[in-house]
Amino acid sequence: MVLDTRQLNTAATAAQGVQIDPLDDTSMVINMGPQHPSTHGVLRVKLKLDGERVIGSECMIGYLHRGVEKIAEHRSYQQFAPYVDRMDYVAAVSNGLGYCEAVEKLLMVEAPPRARVIRTILTELQRIASHLLWLGTHALDIGALTPLFYCFREREEILKILEKYCGARLTTHAFRIGGLQYEAYDTLEKDVERFCKSFEQRVKDYEDLLTQNRIWLGRTKGVGILKAEDAIALGATGPVLRASGVKWDIRKAMPYAAYDQYKFEIPIGTTGDTYDRYLVRMEEMRQSRLICLQAIENIPSGPILAKVGKVLKPPPGEVYHSIEAPKGELGYYVISDGTVQPYRVRIRPPSFVNLQAFDKMARGHLVADVVAIIGTLDIVLGEVDR
Amino acid sequence: MQVVMQATMDFVKQYWVPLVCGLVIVAVLPLIVGYVVLVERKIMADMQARLGPMRVGPHGLLQPIADAVKLLIKEDIIPEDADKLVFWLAPVLSVAAALLAIAGLAIGPVFQIAKDINIGILFVVGVSAMGIFGIVLGGWASNSHYSLIGALRSSAQLVSYETAAGMALVCGLLFAGTLNITSIVQAQYDQGIWFGLLAPVAFFTYLVASIAETNRAPFDLPEAESELVAGYMTEFSGFRWSLYFLAEYTNMIVVASVATTLFLGGWLRPFPRTHWLNFIDFLPPLLMVGVGAYCVMRTPKQPARVQQMFMLAVAGMCFAVAVVLAAPVLVPIVKPSLALAVKPYYDGILGGFWFIFKVSLYIYFFMWLRFTLPRYRFDQLMRLGWHFLIPLSIINVLLIGIAMIVGQYLNWSGWMLLLATIPASIIALIVALFILATEQKSEPQKASGAAPDSYA
Repeated sequence: MVLDTRQLNTAATAAQGVQIDPLDDTSMVINMGPQHPSTHGVLRVKLKLDGERVIGSECMIGYLHRGVEKIAEHRSYQQFAPYVDRMDYVAAVSNGLGYCEAVEKLLMVEAPPRARVIRTILTELQRIASHLLWLGTHALDIGALTPLFYCFREREEILKILEKYCGARLTTHAFRIGGLQYEAYDTLEKDVERFCKSFEQRVKDYEDLLTQNRIWLGRTKGVGILKAEDAIALGATGPVLRASGVKWDIRKAMPYAAYDQYKFEIPIGTTGDTYDRYLVRMEEMRQSRLICLQAIENIPSGPILAKVGKVLKPPPGEVYHSIEAPKGELGYYVISDGTVQPYRVRIRPPSFVNLQAFDKMARGHLVADVVAIIGTLDIVLGEVDR
Repeated sequence: MQVVMQATMDFVKQYWVPLVCGLVIVAVLPLIVGYVVLVERKIMADMQARLGPMRVGPHGLLQPIADAVKLLIKEDIIPEDADKLVFWLAPVLSVAAALLAIAGLAIGPVFQIAKDINIGILFVVGVSAMGIFGIVLGGWASNSHYSLIGALRSSAQLVSYETAAGMALVCGLLFAGTLNITSIVQAQYDQGIWFGLLAPVAFFTYLVASIAETNRAPFDLPEAESELVAGYMTEFSGFRWSLYFLAEYTNMIVVASVATTLFLGGWLRPFPRTHWLNFIDFLPPLLMVGVGAYCVMRTPKQPARVQQMFMLAVAGMCFAVAVVLAAPVLVPIVKPSLALAVKPYYDGILGGFWFIFKVSLYIYFFMWLRFTLPRYRFDQLMRLGWHFLIPLSIINVLLIGIAMIVGQYLNWSGWMLLLATIPASIIALIVALFILATEQKSEPQKASGAAPDSYA
């Protein structure tokens, strides 16, 4: 028997939210992804269209599910650390920082000051790298081809610094529970300073290309508006929340690493549209640069690793620790039963939560705006699916 | 039998020049398009701080051939639910229309396939617009949503921008007083000024509309890769896909040629009647010598011996072209008695150079825009077309017409006519901007997508 694939598709679609009415001849359902140039990985968005207007949408995820949380239950605390790098693989350093600090909290140890400052520097560099990747791909989605290559040029500088520090570029595993494994290499300060010096002009270059561009304004202003109360209700965090006008940044609200020592601003937007999110992230890159410059001025000397044993056996208990990852609040909820393996690790990934806002933002817009909205949410599917 | 032979012989005798030209076009155009793509990629790479294709041949000079071979031997996939006949026909239609349009063009006064058709420009514009059938049918026949949306966008876009482009052409034709391509260029020679200068607004309108017509960025919505995967081409692969590609780039050449002919003085060199500027004739050969010298300079840096030889061969070709370009200029100077005999060669060779040069500049502008600007959204595109470009072009035609009457009345011609047409253009622009402003005021852009249905 030959299967009629069209019928199967219809059945599958009807079962999953965006309903297909066979008698409805005005609307059309199209699948965007999981293999689509601009769904940033393997996101599948089902769109119900009236002409080109979106009248309903549904995100289908799980194509990149690797069971990261389950893996944690069968690894020792140190063994699990490299796995978290593979969630948000464009900001691996931030993932590692969150996990290490969560376990440190559970162990009731604190990383030494030197380690904390170096962690801050690398994490902020990683934030810039992550935002650069976002800017490049977002602009590419909206049709500006060139910023991508400029962004990658700068990102390359950061990856080189990371590579010099720990040998890896993408999934870095830069930190260890209790501090750092590697001492900072000799010219780290100089490299970071050189990057920061040149980076100011670079951000200006990107803004010259886009900020006042009429087409860019037309494509981003008023597109994908997320009101502050909606953002809070949906649990959005990071730039997505701040662009809606909510001044909430964990680096300020609950300082971790060495953030309490540095001065920086939290940029916020007013309307919560795509353009505001763009401006917020651009300003965040500048602020990260300032943090890096402040941090390299005075890196304290001393040990880089706190006194933790070779075998980590945290006392029974549970802890939730979250950091401000480039994409929003990245939280780790770790439960220890007193053995060498965590009893449970629950991860709160910012991309996954922010993606919930998609339908709210996309409804009523055109297909072309959908890609702008996916881009502006700055999701990484490795993190959404875990 | 003999009658048939006789008829065939007569036919060949009468038409062998256009036949050969046509064969040359069909055979050479894919190669030219391939190299236009290579140049585009190189320019793109230059603007994006990278090198572009570098592997196949020195500086990637053989890349187009490798690409062509790859496309030709690719598996030919026709989707199961596609309308097979239409699916087969659509890309052919697109290419046929584009190639047919080339036939009407004149690359220099000598090289023209359909010699001196009296409706020249109209033929070119009309035939090249037929290519849209290929796109719409291809999108429909693919039986895919992305293709369908791409095709719909494409037809809506072409129909709206064709109007503006046509009106812009009318402006140029007002000055020329003819549709015949040779006569249009001759008119620019006689009046001593390019029509693009006389009617800058019309030229601008045509520039924008032609970008939209050829589906190039920032108006490349029908194939917006980030939205519609590849628009109407989504389901096409291999050879069929390359036919669409060929049609797109050929269309680019066609619109650039039309603009060159009508607005940029066709194959005339800049200031063709100013004799003290005759040294401009030496620039083309000097340019080619420069390119050749650069190739020679780069030769030692090529890693392999084969590549060095190839580089020298390219340099040699440049020098040969330089000699060909220099000959018709130098011969009359050395031997004034031969001046008259050389004249047709001068027209043909240097005219051809200037024509190709201007077309290249026009296409370069297309590419430049593509790498700089983001893409318009569909409703914005339609708004720009219907609320700005079309009113602008219509008002411009009216005002330019009035300016010409005024010019005739005052006996202005050539550069003097600018006194009448420039104010007319400025007024047209102001009125169009005013119309756009009032349109926007009466219909505020609603945030959550209450914009009007875009399919006009």
